[in-house]
Amino acid sequence: MSAGSGFTRRGFLRVLAVTGGALVVGIPARAWAQQDGREDLAILGDSWTALNAFVRVEPNGRVIIGARTPDMGQGTRTSLPRIIADEMDADWAQVTVTPLPLGVEDDQGTPRWLYGPQSAGGSTSIPDAWRDLRQAGAAARWLLVQAAAARTGLPPDQLRTEAGWVITPDARRLGYGELAADAGKLSLPDAGVALKSPQAYRLIGQAARGVDVPAIVTGQQKFGYDHYWGDGLIAMIVRCPYFDGELDHLDAGAALAIEGVEQVLPLPAMPAGTLLGRGPLGAGVAVLARDTWSALKGRAALDVRWKSRSGGTASTTALEGQAERVLKGAATTLVRRNGDFAHAFRTAARRIQAQYTVPFVAHATMEPQNCLVRIDPDRAYLMAATQTPRSAFDVVRQITGLDAGQISIEMPRIGGGFGRRLDNDYVAEAVLLAKAVGKPIKLQWTREDDLGHDVYRPFGVHALAAGVDRKGHIVAWRQHLASTSKLWRRGVPDDRLWTSELYPDDPPAGMVANLELAWFALDFPLPRGNWRAPGHTANAFAVQSFLDEIAHATRQDPLRLRLALLGAPRLLPYASHGGPTLDTGRLANVLQLAAQRIGWSSRAPAGRGRGLACHFTFGGYVAHAFEVSVSGGKLAIHRAVAAADVGRVIDPNGVDAQISGGTLDALSTALNLAITVRDGAVVQQNFPDYPLARMAEMPREVEVIQVPSQADPAGAGEMGVPSAAPALANAIFAATGVRLRRMPFKPGIARIG
Amino acid sequence: MPLPPPTPSASGIVPEPRRTGVELTVNGERYVHTGDPDMPLLWWLRDVLRLTGAKYGCGVGACGACTVLIDGKPARACLTPVLAARGRNVTTVEGLADPLGRLHPVQRAWIDEDVPQCGYCQAGQLLAAAELLARKPQPSDADIDAIPNLCRCGTYPRIRRAIRRAAAIASGEAP
Ligand code: FES
Ligand code: FES
Repeated sequence: MSAGSGFTRRGFLRVLAVTGGALVVGIPARAWAQQDGREDLAILGDSWTALNAFVRVEPNGRVIIGARTPDMGQGTRTSLPRIIADEMDADWAQVTVTPLPLGVEDDQGTPRWLYGPQSAGGSTSIPDAWRDLRQAGAAARWLLVQAAAARTGLPPDQLRTEAGWVITPDARRLGYGELAADAGKLSLPDAGVALKSPQAYRLIGQAARGVDVPAIVTGQQKFGYDHYWGDGLIAMIVRCPYFDGELDHLDAGAALAIEGVEQVLPLPAMPAGTLLGRGPLGAGVAVLARDTWSALKGRAALDVRWKSRSGGTASTTALEGQAERVLKGAATTLVRRNGDFAHAFRTAARRIQAQYTVPFVAHATMEPQNCLVRIDPDRAYLMAATQTPRSAFDVVRQITGLDAGQISIEMPRIGGGFGRRLDNDYVAEAVLLAKAVGKPIKLQWTREDDLGHDVYRPFGVHALAAGVDRKGHIVAWRQHLASTSKLWRRGVPDDRLWTSELYPDDPPAGMVANLELAWFALDFPLPRGNWRAPGHTANAFAVQSFLDEIAHATRQDPLRLRLALLGAPRLLPYASHGGPTLDTGRLANVLQLAAQRIGWSSRAPAGRGRGLACHFTFGGYVAHAFEVSVSGGKLAIHRAVAAADVGRVIDPNGVDAQISGGTLDALSTALNLAITVRDGAVVQQNFPDYPLARMAEMPREVEVIQVPSQADPAGAGEMGVPSAAPALANAIFAATGVRLRRMPFKPGIARIG
Repeated sequence: MPLPPPTPSASGIVPEPRRTGVELTVNGERYVHTGDPDMPLLWWLRDVLRLTGAKYGCGVGACGACTVLIDGKPARACLTPVLAARGRNVTTVEGLADPLGRLHPVQRAWIDEDVPQCGYCQAGQLLAAAELLARKPQPSDADIDAIPNLCRCGTYPRIRRAIRRAAAIASGEAP
C-alpha cells in the first residue's frame, strides 16, 4: 500500500479547525471524481461546528466518526467508520458513530459536496470508502503522532500508535485525547500521508457488531417513519391505480368532515417526459391530517374516481404474448457477436434450446416510503429515507428553487432499500405537499401504495440456444432477451435501453467462440427501476439454469461443465459495473468451494437433489449450492451454501449477513413473488397476495464461506442474490427431474406433487 | 362502552365528571385514551404516545412488524382498536427490559447474534420470540418455524440462533 495512493492531486486532507481542544479532520474529493468526469470536490468537512467532518477527537479521548452513507441494513454505519478507526488506530470501544447528513454547501450558485459519495447503491459504499475514507483516518493518526513528537522531542518515526495511544520507544503512553488540541494546530503535508500496511489492520477483517443494534432491540432507534416534527401534518395519498390515469371525479366533503382531517389536495398527473425524483409522478389525492388514523379515515371517506387515458387495458398476460411475438422478429439491439453463431449452431452435434421467464417484482421494503419536509421561505429541511440524498437534493431544488446552502437533508436509518430508494418520487411528493400546505408534513405511504406504485424489476423472456460438439464443449451460444427496460422513461435514448438488461461481458461471453447476445424491446406502461443486483438476477437465472440443462442433455457433470467453460484462470475484460476485468479463476474457486461444502462428489441422500450456480456481480464472485427435496408439492431446502469472494472483507460478520440475507431474498422472490397487471393496474395489494417467505419456508441456516482476499473490497450487498435462484432450480431438477423455467417457482413446485 | 354520567350527591355537589376515555396500561404506565376508541393501538402508540418501537408494515395483520403483547399474548397492533385493550397490559419493545433497565434475554441474545439488518421488523420479532419463550422455554425448530413475522432482509437464520441463545440465557446455561 503506497503512501497516499490516489491522493496526489491538490488539496488532500487538511486540519479544519480546533475547537475546545477537539481535532477535526476532513478529506477532499475522491480521486475518481475527476477520472469519471464527475464534479471535482473541494476540501471536505469545513463545517466543523456542526460536527460534520469525518473524525473528531475529544479531549477526553472519545473519538467521534461520521458515517456518510445511509444505512438501510447493509451495515455502512458500522463498516465505514471502522475503516477510518482502523487507519487512525482508534480504540473502537472509545468510538461514537454519528450519521452524517447530506454534506453540501453553496459555492456561488453551485452545490459543493462536502463528504464525497453519499449514495447507497450498486454495492459501492465500501469500494468508495476504501478509496477515500482511509485517508481520513490516516490523516488523523499522522497529526496525533506529530503532536506527540513535538511534545516528547522524539522523531515521529520512533513513535507507534495503538488503540487510542501514541507510544514512545520507552513505553510512555500519550492518549489521543490529550494530544488532540496540539494536533489540531498542525497542517498536513501536501503529498498526503501514508496508509497502514494491511498486516497492521486491527479492525478491518475482524467481525463487528452493528452500532445501531442496541438501539434497535430496545425500540430507541428512529427510522424515517418514526420521526415527528412539531405541528406537522400526516400526509397520505390515494393514488390513481392506472399508470397513465387521471382524476375523473372528486368529492372531498365526507373526508373533510372527519375530525382531524385538515386538507384534501389533488395532485395532478405530470406530463410524460417529466423527470422528477424518477419520472413523472402519477395522479393522486392527498389527505392531510393531524394523525395517521384521521388520515386513514379521510382516505377511506374520499369519494374519488379515476380514469385511464389509454383505456386501462394493459396486462401482463398480453405482455407475455408480446414477448413471444417480438422474439420471432428482428432484435432491437445486437449487444454482442463473436464468430458465427448461426453456422456453429447448425453444424453442432447437439442443439439445445430453452426459454426462461422472469416476472416483474416489487421491492416491498419493510418500511414503506416516507419523507418529512418543512419548507420555510428561505430554507428547506428534509428527513428523507433515501438511498440517494443528492438526487433528493436535486428534487428539492427543482421544486423550490432554493440555493444549495438553503437545503438541509438528513438521512435516518432506513427500513430496507434494495434499490427502491434510489428513486425519490416520494420525496418529490412530500416537497410538493409541504410547499402547497405551508406546514411541515410527514408523508407516509401505505403498503398498498408501495406494492401498487413501485418501480418494478423488469419483466423478461430469455430465449437461449446452444450448440455442443461431440466432446461436450459448448461451441455456440445465443441469448435473446425480450424485456421491459429498466431505463425506460428515465431520459435514456432508445438505443441505450438495452444497457440495463444484458451485460455484454457476462459469462459465457469470452468463453464461447460463436456467441450472440441480442435485446428485444417490450413496450409496457409499468414503471421500472433498480431491484437489488438489477439485471444480474434475471440473467444469472437464465444462463446458469441453461448451463445445467446443457450438462444434463449431454450427460456431463454440471460442475465440470462450468469449470471447463471458465477454463484456465485469467482476466477477461468486463466493461459493465464491477469491471474492468473478470477473473475466471476467482469465479471457478467459489464454485468449487460451494460444491465441496455441499458434498458434490458424494451422492445426495435418497429423495434429495443438489444444484449449484455461480455469478459475477459488481466485482464480487459468488456461488450457491442447495440440497432440496420436494414432496406433496412442497419444497424443503435442507442445506444452503454460499461461497463468496468479495475482495478484502472489512467485516466478516457484515458480509455473512449480506450474503445470507441476499440468498434468502433471492429464494423468497424466486419461489413466491410476482407483480402482475390486469386492466391497466397492478393486481397485488398487500402481503397476503405478495407473500414474502416466512421463516418456515426458508433454510434454517445459510453456510457462508468467505474467501480470504487481498483484492480491493467490492461490497457485498447484492452479490448474494443472482446465483441463488438458478442453483435452487437446478437442485429441484436434480431432486425431481422437473425443470422450472418460470419464476416464481411455487406453482411449478405444487404441480410436481 | 360509555360510562354513566356523574350524578349529583345528596349534598348537591356535582362531582368532577368521570374520565370517559379508554384506560389501559402500557409498559407499566397507566394511560387514558380520550380520542376515537376505534383508533388502532399501533397509531395511538406511535402518533399519540410517540412510542415508535412498534412499526407499521402492512396494516392488515400480515407482517407482524406491529406486534405487541397484550396481557402477555402477541397481538397485531395495526388491527387492534385501543378499545379492545381497555383495562389490559400492553407491552411494546420499549417495555421489554425489566423496570431496572436490565435487558430481556431475547434482547441480549439479539445483540450477541447481531440479528438486525435494517432492523425494521425486529421489534415484532423480539416480542414474538419473547412470547414463544414464555410459553415454551426450550422451543423446537418447528416451534420457531411457526413464528409468522416477516423479515424482508432475511435475518431468519440469525433469529433462530438468537432464540436458542435466549433460551440458554433464560435457563442460566449461557451468560
Ligand atoms: S403492520 Fe400489523 S401486521 Fe403488518
Ligand atoms: S431486518 Fe430488515 S426487515 Fe427484518
